[in-house]
Amino acid sequence: MPGKLKAKIVAGRHLPVMDRASDLTDAFVEVKFGNTTFKTDVYPKCLNPQWNSEWFKFEVDDEDLQDEPLQITVLDHDTYSANDAIGKVYIDIDPLLCSEAASVISGWFPIYDTIHGIRGEINVLVKVDLFNDLNRFRQSSCGVKFFCTTSIPLCYRAAMVHGFVEELVVNEDPEYQWIDRIRTPRASNEARQRLISLMSGELQRKIGLKVLEMGGNAVVGYLQCFDLEGESGIVVRAIGTACTLDKLSAGANANAYTHPNTAPASNACNSPSKDSKEPVFSEDPPTALGPLTPLRVLPSSSPPPFSSSKPCSRQSSSSDTDLSLTPKMGMGSGGSVGKEAGPLKMLLRQQTQTALEQREFPFFTLTCFPPGFLVHVGGVVSARSVKLLDRIHNPDEPETRDAWWEEIRQEIKSHAKALGCHAVVGYSESTSICEEVCILSAAGTAAILNPRYMREGCLDIGSGDHRFDEPSPPSCGFCHIPYDELNMPFPAQLTYCYQCRRQKVPDVLFTTIDLPTEAAVSGKGCLIQARLCRLKKKAQGEVNATSISNLLPFMEYELHTQLMNKLKLRSMNALFGLRIQISIGENMLLGLASATGVYLSALPTPGGIQIAGKASGDLSNEQHVLSIQKRINDAMAKNKEMYHINPPELSEEAAGSPIPEPKQRSRLFRSQSESSDELSELDLSHGKKDAFVLEIDDTDAVEDIHSLLTDAPPPAGFYSCNTEVMPGVYNWTSGLQMFTSVRVLRLSNANLTNQSLNKIFTDMCENLLKSLYFKLRSMIPCCLCHVNFTVAVPEDELIQVAVTAVAMSFDKEPILEKLGDRAVFKGLYPMPPCLKQRDLSSSERCSPLPEGRSRSLRSTRSSGGGGGGTAVTVVKMTPLSFLPGTRLIKYLGIINMFFIRETTSLREEGGVSGFLHTFIAEVFAMVRAHVAALGGNAVVSYSMKECVFMENPNKNQAQCLINVSGDAVVFVRDTDQEATPTLIHTSCGGTDGPT
Amino acid sequence: MAVELDVFVGNTTIMDEEVYQLWLDGYTVNDAVKVRMVSEGMEEYEASAEVVMSDTMDQYRTFQMCERLLHNPTKLANQLLFQIPPHRQAMLIERYYTFDDVFVREVLGKKLSKGTKKDLDDVSSKTGITLKSCRRQFDNFKRVFKVVEELKGPLVENIRQNFILSDKLARDYAAIVFFANNRFETGKRKLQYLTFQDFAFCAGQLIKNWTVGAVDNMVEDMDVDLDKEFLQDLKELKILITDKDLLDQHKSLVCTALRGKTKVYTEMETNFKNLSRGLVNIAAKLTNTKDVRDFFIDLVEKFIEPCRSDRWASADMRLYLTHYTNSAHLLDTFKYQVVWDRYMGVIKSCIFKMYPQMSTFSTPLSGIIDQRFVHVKRDFGPLGRLSIFL
Repeated sequence: MPGKLKAKIVAGRHLPVMDRASDLTDAFVEVKFGNTTFKTDVYPKCLNPQWNSEWFKFEVDDEDLQDEPLQITVLDHDTYSANDAIGKVYIDIDPLLCSEAASVISGWFPIYDTIHGIRGEINVLVKVDLFNDLNRFRQSSCGVKFFCTTSIPLCYRAAMVHGFVEELVVNEDPEYQWIDRIRTPRASNEARQRLISLMSGELQRKIGLKVLEMGGNAVVGYLQCFDLEGESGIVVRAIGTACTLDKLSAGANANAYTHPNTAPASNACNSPSKDSKEPVFSEDPPTALGPLTPLRVLPSSSPPPFSSSKPCSRQSSSSDTDLSLTPKMGMGSGGSVGKEAGPLKMLLRQQTQTALEQREFPFFTLTCFPPGFLVHVGGVVSARSVKLLDRIHNPDEPETRDAWWEEIRQEIKSHAKALGCHAVVGYSESTSICEEVCILSAAGTAAILNPRYMREGCLDIGSGDHRFDEPSPPSCGFCHIPYDELNMPFPAQLTYCYQCRRQKVPDVLFTTIDLPTEAAVSGKGCLIQARLCRLKKKAQGEVNATSISNLLPFMEYELHTQLMNKLKLRSMNALFGLRIQISIGENMLLGLASATGVYLSALPTPGGIQIAGKASGDLSNEQHVLSIQKRINDAMAKNKEMYHINPPELSEEAAGSPIPEPKQRSRLFRSQSESSDELSELDLSHGKKDAFVLEIDDTDAVEDIHSLLTDAPPPAGFYSCNTEVMPGVYNWTSGLQMFTSVRVLRLSNANLTNQSLNKIFTDMCENLLKSLYFKLRSMIPCCLCHVNFTVAVPEDELIQVAVTAVAMSFDKEPILEKLGDRAVFKGLYPMPPCLKQRDLSSSERCSPLPEGRSRSLRSTRSSGGGGGGTAVTVVKMTPLSFLPGTRLIKYLGIINMFFIRETTSLREEGGVSGFLHTFIAEVFAMVRAHVAALGGNAVVSYSMKECVFMENPNKNQAQCLINVSGDAVVFVRDTDQEATPTLIHTSCGGTDGPT
Repeated sequence: MAVELDVFVGNTTIMDEEVYQLWLDGYTVNDAVKVRMVSEGMEEYEASAEVVMSDTMDQYRTFQMCERLLHNPTKLANQLLFQIPPHRQAMLIERYYTFDDVFVREVLGKKLSKGTKKDLDDVSSKTGITLKSCRRQFDNFKRVFKVVEELKGPLVENIRQNFILSDKLARDYAAIVFFANNRFETGKRKLQYLTFQDFAFCAGQLIKNWTVGAVDNMVEDMDVDLDKEFLQDLKELKILITDKDLLDQHKSLVCTALRGKTKVYTEMETNFKNLSRGLVNIAAKLTNTKDVRDFFIDLVEKFIEPCRSDRWASADMRLYLTHYTNSAHLLDTFKYQVVWDRYMGVIKSCIFKMYPQMSTFSTPLSGIIDQRFVHVKRDFGPLGRLSIFL
């Protein structure tokens, strides 16, 4: 009996009218946890009831505490007939189980009904008393912290990165049970919501157990997904990276660690941005190993008073280990030259392998790393597998699904090996399901990691080893090839690194991770997308699966070619954050690859694109070719200018290598396996052909070139990327707007060709982007960050595209703009405190100041009652792991919510758009309410994992499922004094009319 | 192929003020797109009709979702569905409740009933304001009326608190509620030259001086109903015209004071009895609800028109009324000084406000002017009112 859960129902407000006769409601509340239910009294005839109930106490196992949500149902009392449900609130109490997170949940929650949406709000207080010491909870895994953030969370320091954890649980889908025929849609939706809530609780607990076994205390980069397999059930699966995190608390640690500044600054040796006058008081979130947020108050505008090297002497004892290790490292990564690299690399590999080899899967879901963690990056590795779903007979033994993923992971692992890498970073898994066919996909970036991070008590990054790395700038180290030059896994064109001139680098680099902080980049980056549609015959079962797996390699090939061409067209040489999604529908396959292109200074300048016509001497044809060639050259020149790409000129002799003969080379490794025993590796290089030559020999090629040129650049003042931040943009203001946009297109034409379909799909994505730019025009200059597209084929002739991203405005800094021609911008993203916060028109400008840790304040306020006059905490949301101009001072726990909404009066709710618009707004509202109740004022690393939309306009019905997740946090503005968290009440007294 | 579904939802609700105004003005999505396409700054974003259409639809949907909350503005501040910064909330509310003066002129003093609502299409075609916008404005009047009807305390304050409006707008609504409650006739041809603001001013005067609230500020409807006792007392003023001596005395006092100070002295002298009878009769009849309704038309017919036909300048009229009021205090046998002041104070300020300037006066009134006003307003389009809120 290790825990007591206590809940108190305070009040309700804005309840719907349930009694038409009196226009009032007789509301009461049921509070349920596990199998225990309590009820409040009926508060008669009131739309703003004040129950002020006693504390309802549940004595429960901590295992249940982890699995079960607290379920609050608001009902309308009816003397003669059954009580009508008004709606429900599910509260995940996991955050209360962790001593460092929230200690109480208190606030207004929207009362949600799956048919009617939000119907009023209820004020609830929840507490948990844990009887035992946390250490004894090994049966359960209370106390293990979960983070969606794919980097080390900002106010923590990673003492150790343990590695990959995964788990999946399966169950029958209530929607497909026989009972569903006789129960109401509401009951069925609620059963589903509840089941998924339970399953994700269980999953989290199981993963937590694995983490404890590994000796860790946290999961970072936690990625949980649902596979709604229809008849065969629901699979909830999760992957993450187990770590041991140390909290950087106020006072005690603040002096022991380096100032956040020093890590990036010390690595910034050859960055001009270091010299530029901006204050480098960076939050630098992804590298946040260092004590990022010392909670003492520092004058934020002044640079740190100590030099970058000093802090190392102040390091804790762990630095001893560092010193003994780093020299070897330094040699390995930087000290060797040319062909001698081989043996030294072997040495390095051996070292690291010992650390990694014990692990079954040396995978990391992280995408940002502390400087020095990534030694070399090999390239993208991916694997897909087409499976036929069958009913899961025994939910307790989900072996088949486990085996499927196991297979795929093995493949990924072997791909990484082939690239000479021992680890995979930026790893993620996904599925696409249509009827009984399922594509399982996994992708990541093969890499060699610094073994220090895998050992106990080692990590004081950056400051410890930078002096050993200095001879070879660490900023280019990750670009150096990890594989053996003489024994390359694929044909590649290597040159000496344009930065250190010592090691070989490839001509193009594709990765799934974020741009490493230390990377030197010229100019800005941009979002690059490859889009593809392929028609497929309708088929069943095995035949269908076969035809899909036959199509996959061609799709991957074409997507890859498109990406490569678009990258060249923008005069860039590397892709970060690459994400390739392939979606199956009954009669088509959709492929969408998104990535952020950049120009890495360490890599060679990409050559031009050449157009070649047919061999014949047809004059008109030649002219046509010439005109296209000119357009392409113009576009490239324009792009160079637009993205400020001005790499320093290098004489080739100095580079010590022959002029790079640009040749397309792929480091995408992939394979498809239908029944998994058949492994095929695809060589994506264009054989012996010069890759930059596009031949116009058929209509396809013409199409390709057209689509290449029709991608409109974002309008002036806009940038976009799908990574955490845009290289070359530093001075973010606090103007921020997270949004979700969904579009569904109905294809009316029955006989579409691949080409016309491609055009439709491309236009759809382009138009969507244009709409976003237009909508957000008031935020210019602004960057769309973390642009995340998901595509789906919900029905036969429908294409659905959903985008979630954040628009962040920034100050134009003229100095940097002028520096443009010589500047080699560092990829690190210092976020100077917003001293010159523009008084801009951005929509969140006046959002109240952070609430800080004003729990006492808040709880008194929130229990204040139902009328007007209560404050609504403004909750910011962002898919990024940080908020510019702020410091995250506390992580309150993971937000992982699943909602179903259904309607039988689609027209009355404004059609499909009205229905979905309301639902998404409701989901946002519920996320915000939960965060505010935990005492937070923002959600970081927010993502919409799932948005399944189904409609039946003829029956006036629609249904939608949404799954969102993120980390609830407390932030304070850089400019604020820590001690004075402010609370601004929104005006409801009516005192501030417009002036 | 067709776009089946297209939504954009921001964590902070994005609302474009220009589109909001178009929506309030009752433009259809298509018309709004047309207006937006030619409005300033659109080329900059290379916005195609498609993009603008998508944005407009989206915004319209957002407004429709918000409308429910705007009907109850206090809810807007503590609802959770939309995250809207407080200053934007204030803007949304203020604009939602802002009305067209041309429109309110048409319904001012009418019963806010279903019947009146049915006639709104006539009002719409007459004023050039879309029917949708007319309905919104009418429903706003009705909603405010219903809410404050049963509240205690000062009318303006009640409106401001329950609808979170600016002081100016709250006062205008108080006037509308007051007019609707007392059903003052404002639609007659003779009153056409008066603007809503003229009436609003008069309403303010009446509320401040003639209602129950002027003496007791904690009763229901205190600012909406006229003080019955006061109206009863007004009957006593009749003595000023029924008592021949008093009338002559009054006249001579006024004439003495006016002599040599005005060009229209002779007209004043000859008209004195007529005018005085007019004003006192209005006072004496106010106990009848029917006559209360005709209050403004009576003022015009019994006082303003006679003066106008004698070509009194407004300074002449002011001088006359001031002396007319003050002289009554010098009458020994006249004992109703307090009631007289309470009555004449309001009458004076109302007539001052209502007395037309000579120039407007000489041209035919009403109709034409209104029409022109309508056109000018439309041309400004949605931007017409922007400046107010900046």
